[in-house]
Amino acid sequence: MFNIEIDNRNVQVNDGETILAVCKREGIRIPTLCFLEGLAPSGACRMCIVEVEGFPGLIPACSYPVTPGMKVKTSTPRVLDARRTIVELLVSNHPDDCLYCLRNGQCELQKLARDMDVKRISYGKSKTKRNADVSSPSIVRDPEKCILCGKCVRVCEEIQGVSAIDFVGRGCKAFVGTAFDSGLNVSTCINCGQCILVCPTGALTERTYVDEVAAALADPDKFVVVQHAPSVSVTLAEEFGVKAGKDVDGQMVAALRRLGFKRVFDTSFTADLTILEEGSELVHRIKTGGKLPMMTSCSPGWIKFVEQFYPDMIENVSTCKSPQQMMGALIKSFFAQREGLEPSKIVSVSIMPCTAKKFECQRPEMAVDYVPDVDYVLTTRELAQLFRRYGIELGAMTPDTADTPFGERTSAGKIFGATGGVMEAAIRSAYFLLTGQEYPEEKIPAIRGLKGHKEVKLKIGELEVGAAVVSGLGNARKLLDEIKAGRNDIHFIEVMTCPGGCISGGGQPLNTDTEAVKARLQALYQIDRDDRTRVSHRNESVNRLYKEFLGQPLGEKSHHLLHTHYKKREVKA
Amino acid sequence: MSQIKTVLEKYPNAKRENLIPILQDIQEACGYLSREVVNEVAQYIGLPAAKIYGVATFYNQFRFQPLGKYHVMICRGTACHVKGSQKVLDMVVKALGIQPGQTSRDGLFSLGVVACMGACGLAPVVSINGEFHAKVTPKKLSGIIAEIRDKELSHAKN
Repeated sequence: MFNIEIDNRNVQVNDGETILAVCKREGIRIPTLCFLEGLAPSGACRMCIVEVEGFPGLIPACSYPVTPGMKVKTSTPRVLDARRTIVELLVSNHPDDCLYCLRNGQCELQKLARDMDVKRISYGKSKTKRNADVSSPSIVRDPEKCILCGKCVRVCEEIQGVSAIDFVGRGCKAFVGTAFDSGLNVSTCINCGQCILVCPTGALTERTYVDEVAAALADPDKFVVVQHAPSVSVTLAEEFGVKAGKDVDGQMVAALRRLGFKRVFDTSFTADLTILEEGSELVHRIKTGGKLPMMTSCSPGWIKFVEQFYPDMIENVSTCKSPQQMMGALIKSFFAQREGLEPSKIVSVSIMPCTAKKFECQRPEMAVDYVPDVDYVLTTRELAQLFRRYGIELGAMTPDTADTPFGERTSAGKIFGATGGVMEAAIRSAYFLLTGQEYPEEKIPAIRGLKGHKEVKLKIGELEVGAAVVSGLGNARKLLDEIKAGRNDIHFIEVMTCPGGCISGGGQPLNTDTEAVKARLQALYQIDRDDRTRVSHRNESVNRLYKEFLGQPLGEKSHHLLHTHYKKREVKA
Repeated sequence: MSQIKTVLEKYPNAKRENLIPILQDIQEACGYLSREVVNEVAQYIGLPAAKIYGVATFYNQFRFQPLGKYHVMICRGTACHVKGSQKVLDMVVKALGIQPGQTSRDGLFSLGVVACMGACGLAPVVSINGEFHAKVTPKKLSGIIAEIRDKELSHAKN
């Protein structure tokens, strides 16, 4: 601990802190573009430059550590001038399509241009031309809007352990691209969309299907149904300026109905179903000496990750389809039969926190006779866009409940939306399956919270079960390598592609910080605390579905509809 | 592919610090870095292919297309620049329809740019398959290219 001076004020600081960290704490806002909380600073954008007494040049606050007696000035004319020049230079090589850019209003470059009072561009008119990459079903990359901050590259490498993209070339010709600058669709990209969340501009956006869904809704020959993922109801409100952590489940259902969806289903229902199938699968594997540890299969980014990087561990992955695809399969089979509908007449839409779900629904494994189980996936952001387009005021809706037969859910299915949720729900039901008694604890604190790697050892009846929960595939990679090296005390692993789980998925509202993610997490825990039914095996609609249609978990029908097999994927990287 | 094996065998337990020498050796052996080769090196060193491509494109020395039957190297050193090598390069880019580092689709020509060939007395200098052409003008080089094309065409006809 020592003192430094910032803008003529004495400030106490800790050893090793950066100037930026101190300023943030002191309420001094220093603009940044390339800074990423939790990762080593890269100092690429120079937006955070400040003056430090005794230094001839300007110093980047994000990477410079404080030293005793240091005197920092954060907004001298020289600093402000330099920052404005930086923004001006960036804008000078940036398309002028803000009005109809998907990021309009949420673009950090746009905001900085305003904050720094950029009023004219005094630099050359020629701009770099480069084609957008629209090859991926999940993510669109527009290199012309890229400002080369490198955040996408770092997230892809350091958080997700994928490295599908990197800087290509050098100097003014450098750009961010895949290996051999081929399309994202043939690269190692797992479609998670974390790069979209960190991108300061419109260079990375989701591939949007809003128009297609709007067209389907307007088509009288189509029967359009929708499902919404567990985490969407606790994040959607943020798109309309509400503080993070508000659950708008009922209002969202009402608004979806107002849009014209014939049925509104809750993906948490099939999350409960997943627990029964996956729980039975786990018990089966343990009892029959099947491949262990078993790993969850809900997260489509993770599935592609295993297929291409750990093909020898595919058998460890549960054969269960994800809740989205289970719902899709049920809608076009059981529901279609019950309502006397032609499956090809049904347009099945799902609202997901996820861009990888767009990829998942197009997988060949997820279709029957070339009719896909799920037709379109919209992210939370796209749903908000749909509401805006149709002039629907989410806040003015009278809360409503989801439709039968796939509308009932337990809070065990709801907590799928956060890291550790699948595991907690699975443990509650596995405990019941194995002992015939309900799990005695209200929660399992060891696997709650936002930590990237959590573990717990549990005694279920006679069985000693080791469970691990990882989120962020960089963490998954470490755990898989431990297992490959011989670690064998874990039976069941929950893997979520995005750090924190679906609540911070690549399709969630933008510009969010850790505090917002924590609030979303608490909102889900709150729902779980207050719910009357907190275990999947007590979902009456699920039990009825087994009685009327599916038979039993892992049965013939389930096998056909709710399970699948993945195989090694050759990527053209 | 056996050439690559021979190269990789020279680098047991290769780490990322061996990347550039490995790429250099492979280019020496194969003339360029193909997608398959980059993938193989990626597997061998345990680095993502995108990373390797990023590193390789940072340096001018690496090519990603096979050399043409005629490899045209334009010197862009100071002396050649002063003597008008930019105009020569512009002409050849237009005439061959390729950028430096690329190969024409018929495989006849590939184009490269070097910082200095050490033949400043001959500026602007162009080398085609190692043969130096001195005091080249756009017109002179376009004549040389036309000559090569004619020759190849008549060969093809016969």
